[in-house]
Amino acid sequence: MNSVSMENKENWQPVIKDGMMAAWPICLGYLPIGLAFGVIAQKAGLHPLEIGLMSLFVFAGSAQFIAVSMLSSGAAIVPIVVTTFMVNLRHLLMSSSLAVYLKGPGKGWLSLYAYGVTDESFALNLTKFRDEDWDWRRALVVNHTANIAWIGSTIAGGYGGEFIPSGAFGIDYALIAMFICLLVFQLRGLLYTIIAIIAGFLAVILSIILPGNSYIVIASVIAATIGVFLRKSKVFIERGQG
Amino acid sequence: MNADYMLVILGMGVVTYIPRWFPLFFLSRRQLPEWLVGWLDFIPAAILSALVLPCLVTTGEPRQLDLLRPELLVALPTFIFALKTRSLAGTVVIGMFFFWLVGIIF
Repeated sequence: MNSVSMENKENWQPVIKDGMMAAWPICLGYLPIGLAFGVIAQKAGLHPLEIGLMSLFVFAGSAQFIAVSMLSSGAAIVPIVVTTFMVNLRHLLMSSSLAVYLKGPGKGWLSLYAYGVTDESFALNLTKFRDEDWDWRRALVVNHTANIAWIGSTIAGGYGGEFIPSGAFGIDYALIAMFICLLVFQLRGLLYTIIAIIAGFLAVILSIILPGNSYIVIASVIAATIGVFLRKSKVFIERGQG
Repeated sequence: MNADYMLVILGMGVVTYIPRWFPLFFLSRRQLPEWLVGWLDFIPAAILSALVLPCLVTTGEPRQLDLLRPELLVALPTFIFALKTRSLAGTVVIGMFFFWLVGIIF
């Protein structure tokens, strides 16, 4: 029994270390957003414990900001829940993409993994699954490290995050820089670059004309569909692209 | 803590969890059709671009086009650095540094 537990320990220790090391850009990026959320939520009348519970149950930055502003303007439960659903529907696309790489874990582990699918963990783990020797256990550790950073920073914000100067050390740019780098990793050929440009332009136009964040899903679905047709089209195959 | 608040965050939790869980639970063990795998192959490039570009060139609520944002200015050297080094850690640090620098200058 001793050898079994030793073995387990040996297996998980490097996994946890690798996952936590990989998650640092996300944690760094969550810190200013989490603090800001905590401050706003506290000003809206929420106790740090209530703030922490929302971060634990929901774990989705933008939806939490929207929910707090709806709560403070006296919105009812159903509109808040429906809005949350709409705002977070984009995770459907991300989990579908991740599913291709998550054939190892059983249903229980998959259900736990699903809890931690965010814009940030999706982008980081998917890139690592494709380009590196990355496995679902390490990816799961990334999810939960980010989760702890999010819960912790929102609670800290609720206890007085206004004392931390905003914009310190360019920390507000951490997540954008991470997304830019992960986007660069996706540009594996002309076709992917074209799809990214189409998605980006569509997203900008749609974000101006449509309310909320539905532009993310609509632009991505249209651009990926165009990509399928471009790859099918003979022009692209003859030129050796895609 | 009142019961209404618990109900709100429980409801939010459930409707956020379902779209995260559904595809993982039902697609991951299945042999997906080729067109779907091909389509999903484009999703990361598309979704990352759709996430990041509006952050760089739009502002406000409702969003308006604004091409003079420091976010966009800093994105150019950050993008080039990522392209040249392919280092995630380096890109995050460089991006933060330039953003901090721009904040001081302007």
